[in-house]
Amino acid sequence: MPDPVLRLDGITKRFGSLVANDAVSLTLARGEILALLGENGAGKSTLVSILFGHYVADAGTIEAFGRPLPPGDPAAALAAGVGMVHQHSTLADNLSVLDNVMLGTEPLWRPMSKRREGRARLVATSKRFGLAVDPDARVARLSVGERQRVEILKALYRDARVLILDEPTAVLTPQESEALFATLRGLCADGLSIIFISHKLDEVLRVSDRVAVLRAGKLVATLPASGTAKSTLAEVMVGRPIPPPVAKPHARGDTVCVLDHVVVRGERAGERLDDVSLSLRSGEITAIAGVSGNGQAALVDVLCGVRAADAGTVKLAGRALAADPAAWVAAGTARIPEDRRDVGAIGALPVWENAISERYRKPFASAGIVRRAAARAFARKLCDRYDVRGAGIDAPAGALSGGNMQKLIVGRALSGGAARADQYLPTLVVASQPTWGLDAGALAWVHQQLLDTCARGAAVLLVSEDLDEILALADRIAVMHAGRLTPARAASSWTLADIGLAMAGEGARDAA
Amino acid sequence: MRLEARGALSPALAIAAPVAAIACTLVVAALFVAWAGAPVGRTYALIFEGGFGSRFAWSETLTRATPLMLTGLAATIAFRAHLYNIGAEGQLYAGALAAVAVGGLHGGAALDLPAPVLFAAMIAAATIAGAILMALPAFAKTRFGVDEVVTTLLLNFIVLLFVSMMLDGPMKDPTAMGWPQSVALDEAVELPKLVERTRVHAGLLVAIALCVLAWAAMRLTTFGFEVRAVGANARAARFAGVPVTRTLMLVAIASGAVAGLAGAIEVAGRTGYVTLDMSPGYGYTGIVIAMLAGLNPLGVIAAAVFVAGVLVGADSMSRAVAVPTYIADVIVAFALLAMLVAAAAVRYRVRWR
Repeated sequence: MPDPVLRLDGITKRFGSLVANDAVSLTLARGEILALLGENGAGKSTLVSILFGHYVADAGTIEAFGRPLPPGDPAAALAAGVGMVHQHSTLADNLSVLDNVMLGTEPLWRPMSKRREGRARLVATSKRFGLAVDPDARVARLSVGERQRVEILKALYRDARVLILDEPTAVLTPQESEALFATLRGLCADGLSIIFISHKLDEVLRVSDRVAVLRAGKLVATLPASGTAKSTLAEVMVGRPIPPPVAKPHARGDTVCVLDHVVVRGERAGERLDDVSLSLRSGEITAIAGVSGNGQAALVDVLCGVRAADAGTVKLAGRALAADPAAWVAAGTARIPEDRRDVGAIGALPVWENAISERYRKPFASAGIVRRAAARAFARKLCDRYDVRGAGIDAPAGALSGGNMQKLIVGRALSGGAARADQYLPTLVVASQPTWGLDAGALAWVHQQLLDTCARGAAVLLVSEDLDEILALADRIAVMHAGRLTPARAASSWTLADIGLAMAGEGARDAA
Repeated sequence: MRLEARGALSPALAIAAPVAAIACTLVVAALFVAWAGAPVGRTYALIFEGGFGSRFAWSETLTRATPLMLTGLAATIAFRAHLYNIGAEGQLYAGALAAVAVGGLHGGAALDLPAPVLFAAMIAAATIAGAILMALPAFAKTRFGVDEVVTTLLLNFIVLLFVSMMLDGPMKDPTAMGWPQSVALDEAVELPKLVERTRVHAGLLVAIALCVLAWAAMRLTTFGFEVRAVGANARAARFAGVPVTRTLMLVAIASGAVAGLAGAIEVAGRTGYVTLDMSPGYGYTGIVIAMLAGLNPLGVIAAAVFVAGVLVGADSMSRAVAVPTYIADVIVAFALLAMLVAAAAVRYRVRWR
């Protein structure tokens, strides 16, 4: 490599007994896009946090443009030309684009802000890199994609020569992602170097020059992007082959759940449903695609019995149910909430109480007394059957890892409090972002559970931001945008471009 | 500096931590004793002797522990559900006043009822008064999101002023020579003494029984599960199907009722009438006891006896050596802080970068 702009040498970082980064050495060349690939918890974020000075490494050195970078000093990283674009926007909503970009670039004790010069510089930067923005627009009014553009501009405004992007596509539609990739290639042609963090194989292969794969804190491979197969990359990332989920052939059944012109009035846009109609049939997986925060939470809340619709009707198996989670569970809804740590489980209570928490009155209590022995026996069986690993049923549920906690929640929902698999089948499964943050093994397990339950005759509603997941599982797809839902159509009739347009709110034409 | 969660909980540490906490407390309090110019060893010996060293000391300690167990239990029940009842002091006075209103000698005679009926009516009136005082803030919290810490705390002052008004007005004892004190309770409804020639009364047994009952209910019943679930994570509890609002209201009623009962039992077991200084802050000390007990109803019994012993012992100590009784408050307060730190130390370890 001629002149690396960045050289990481033997970076090691421990958190207690966990080794987050284990002697990682990397170089980044001028004009290169390096993808940092790895599962959740592989150490990607820790590595870039060290690079940017948020953490101090236990061992190892960093050089930027041939000079050593002092550890633990974000200001020094900025001064050396390292810029970071975080996954979630760090912009101040109530300020203008120009204010946000200039924020922190001027000394506080100077009485007047040099806004005219700042504006000229912002406009010049935006022209030079082809990133169009309106300097006076308030950030609150910008779309997610535009905010990301502002974040990139903010880094470029400070003369960043190395850009780090942390999972930049997580909040974007496919079209917005494509636009971002074009921007990144443009920046590289201009001589910038980019580190691109992701766990999505397709986009990594599409955008990057080289792929560095992290697994359990170690750098396990550095591969050229061209000529590397997706399956190879997946195996290197996970460390073992992952069999794809298999759907058993099965029949479609009757409609079990109907939403008819449902309206939910929320305070924020993301909590509203605007005239949503949908019917769910047994033996079928219906997926709701969309960027999160477009009303999915309201839809899931209604179908989990957590809140009532303000207008319209919701019927499960022909009956309208009250907004009472217990009633929905009793009527056969298996619920997998999006936020497993804060909604799905009660972390301070032991695993066994969490295993029965949806059915603590029936069948695990009589005359107001919890049937402790039966409940604990059930919890033990549940952990066994759904492979929940941890410190046992008396340990607090909060101590479980994300994957094991999700197995507990999925098991609790799908088992219906019954000891054996053939004793219970949910009528409706509501799964909201069921694989968010899971490693590949747990992800495949959750997918298989959903497919199997569907094949046995349950109706499944899958709400997901992950289009790969939706395309792999769904029989029918509907897209949500700003509280409105497109009609659900067979998965085969959608193209990726269609879904992307609908996610951006342009599918309304089709619906009309 | 940062805290890191320990992996498995070590039983040795779980025992060592509270012991270390008590040791720390004694060391710190010793500094204050030495500052007051008194011999440390002798002061501690006197406190221990005064609190636990004789039959009389025990009887006084247990008499003092009785209302503390009840207010400690009231705080424990509410805090378990993350409902912060700071109003046990007011609920205690309201209960005491209601007890005398029903069981007192108005105009020289009690209500014309058989003693058991009158007793039951007196207890009912006190618990209902306490329950209403806590149910109102809980309703405001669940319905309008009003912070119950503020409402329950401020209600204490309203209740105390109301009691003061009653003691100088309609319920004033005409034979008390101008003292603001209520009419006396009918002797027929007073609680029997447990031990001859001491002040220990049957209220102690009631308090212990309620603590045991609450412990069993918390652990074994669906209501206990609901309370713990709501307290640990109300959102997740709601998702699982726990009726959160109903649970909070029931907890408020139970907590207020127990604090109101503390007032009735003080009147029926010890004072015989209501005065404005009948409680030296039992309601607030109950919060300390609940925290010392780690919000465990059984622990409340031990914590109440410990705190009562220190208070009683310090009283008798201060008569012998020149250390103010306030040393008791220092010991109790520091014991609480040390226990909280000890509880954290069992679960976390400190890392210095």
